[in-house]
Amino acid sequence: MNHMPKPALEIRNLQTEFQIGGSWYPAVRNLSLSLQQNETLAVVGESGSGKSVTALSILRLLPSAGARIGSGEVLFEGRNLATLSEREMSDIRGNSIAMIFQEPMTSLNPTMTVGQQIAEAIIIHRGGRQSEAMAEALRLLKEVKIGSPESRLHDYPHQFSGGMRQRVMIAMALACRPKILLADEPTTALDVTIQAQVLLQLDELKQAYGMSVLFITHNLGVVAQIADRVAVMYAGEIVELASVEALFANPMHPYTAALLRAMPRADRASDSLEPIPGGVPAVTAIPSGCAYAPRCSFRQRSCDELRPDLLASGDPGHLVRCSQRLAGGMRG
Amino acid sequence: MAATSASPSLPRPGGVWLAFSSNRLSWVGLALLIAIVLIAIGAPLIAPHDPLEQSIIARLEPPSAQFLLGTDNYGRDVLSRLIYGSRISLVVGSVAILIAMTIGCTIGIIAGYLGGLFDQLMMGLLDVMLAFPTLLLGLMIAAMLGASLENLVIAIAVTEIAPFARVARAPTIALKQQDFVVAGRALGFGPIRIMGIHILPNLVSDIVVMSSLWMASAIRTEASLSFIGLGVPPPTPTWGSMIREGFENILDAWWLAVFPSLAILLTVLALNLLGDALRDAIDPKLRGE
Repeated sequence: MNHMPKPALEIRNLQTEFQIGGSWYPAVRNLSLSLQQNETLAVVGESGSGKSVTALSILRLLPSAGARIGSGEVLFEGRNLATLSEREMSDIRGNSIAMIFQEPMTSLNPTMTVGQQIAEAIIIHRGGRQSEAMAEALRLLKEVKIGSPESRLHDYPHQFSGGMRQRVMIAMALACRPKILLADEPTTALDVTIQAQVLLQLDELKQAYGMSVLFITHNLGVVAQIADRVAVMYAGEIVELASVEALFANPMHPYTAALLRAMPRADRASDSLEPIPGGVPAVTAIPSGCAYAPRCSFRQRSCDELRPDLLASGDPGHLVRCSQRLAGGMRG
Repeated sequence: MAATSASPSLPRPGGVWLAFSSNRLSWVGLALLIAIVLIAIGAPLIAPHDPLEQSIIARLEPPSAQFLLGTDNYGRDVLSRLIYGSRISLVVGSVAILIAMTIGCTIGIIAGYLGGLFDQLMMGLLDVMLAFPTLLLGLMIAAMLGASLENLVIAIAVTEIAPFARVARAPTIALKQQDFVVAGRALGFGPIRIMGIHILPNLVSDIVVMSSLWMASAIRTEASLSFIGLGVPPPTPTWGSMIREGFENILDAWWLAVFPSLAILLTVLALNLLGDALRDAIDPKLRGE
């Protein structure tokens, strides 16, 4: 992929580990991923697949006790975020790379007005006076389309609905015009109509601000709506990486195919939904071979022995981690 | 949807005052406390006699029109001494609590937020302090430093640091895992800013309530230390030392010990009523909204 422009963010061989009972277990295993300029890259997977841990590792927001980045690099503008000091990280957080979270109901400080919270984010990175920051906060509230922003600026978070709080979170994240936005399931807690509005708005703002977005979700419907490329994660590793069209048209990994079959669609009867048997293995009990093998309907004996690599299939932009698929020994 | 979600029935910050003011006991507590504070401030205007003026002729007089609450062993007016004594009790109580609150909350928030070795060291130290009964610890410190107003304040403040640190630490640990604290870190807030604007304001309600309750305990400790002679040295009147002096003559002159005891009782009651009412008003679950 040498012809591609310099990525906005590049993760190389990231390994994030958690301490359980005195030993360290990887929750994200050897993950490499690059986020291109102005791209929306969706990271999909079940709960416990390591999606959020990946995002938290990028900004180094994991709890200092019991979690560590074991190895790997997170390259942003020529610097490795994994080795920066906490002070240097603070300059990057919210300024160059911002993050929005899943739970809008609890992600705002209940004791401060939303205006003060947005202004606070502006002041720490941009400096300036409180009045200027409040004026900018007002502009941001207008930009995320909060109704009657002049009066809402002085309201407290509990006076906002979930969808509006998520807009406020987005306004805060955009306060310093970040180059990268990490969105950790930003619409999961919202109902479907509000979800569509927020997604549309995120996409508009991404265009307006020229951001790259790493969008974490477990909802393939959302992926189809907003993503350019998709990384499917399972048990801490990427099992398939493809453009959104290629992934939906031709899912290569058995896990991706199973996820698509488990997704409700308007053009199919809902009784054809197939759940995936079993569950994601615990970080303490990752199989030595292919992590998905115990749940895979195409499992061969070799799957349990050899851990497959993430390799290009026929299409160079379409990577898959399945030895059966790459050997052509499986009919999709 | 933006306009309709701003429902007027949502609890507003003014709801705390509404809940506080609708509780009758909170008014009793507030009125009592204001009265006591006014008496302390206006002591020279209100007191009918000089609290230090001795009179050999008027020793141990029972309550009468001239001496409303009687006189003590040295012929000093009990009412005037009681009025002046309120100054010591309130000053010692509030200053000691202010010191204990500042130090205790700082330790508690930092320990709770940082966790790890610092937390364990500080909490171990505070556990040792908590292991001593308040009065015994105050007694040790007061005895070590000597009897004076400043030392009394220091002794009482030290005994109250540990409970404040405990009260600040526990919710800090819960708060630092809250989404808005993680979100704050994701916006690039440093630890001091997070502790100052994200954690402290969310602790204020707990701390205010505990302060009013512990001020009552500080006033009791002051009285106890003065009672055993480790408080403010005579002849300055304090409620505790008045009780001690009255105790020696309790069978001959009941008024000497009873009235200062009642004064302490009323002050502690006022603070406890106020503290309970504040807690009920601040906690939305008890507010019944």
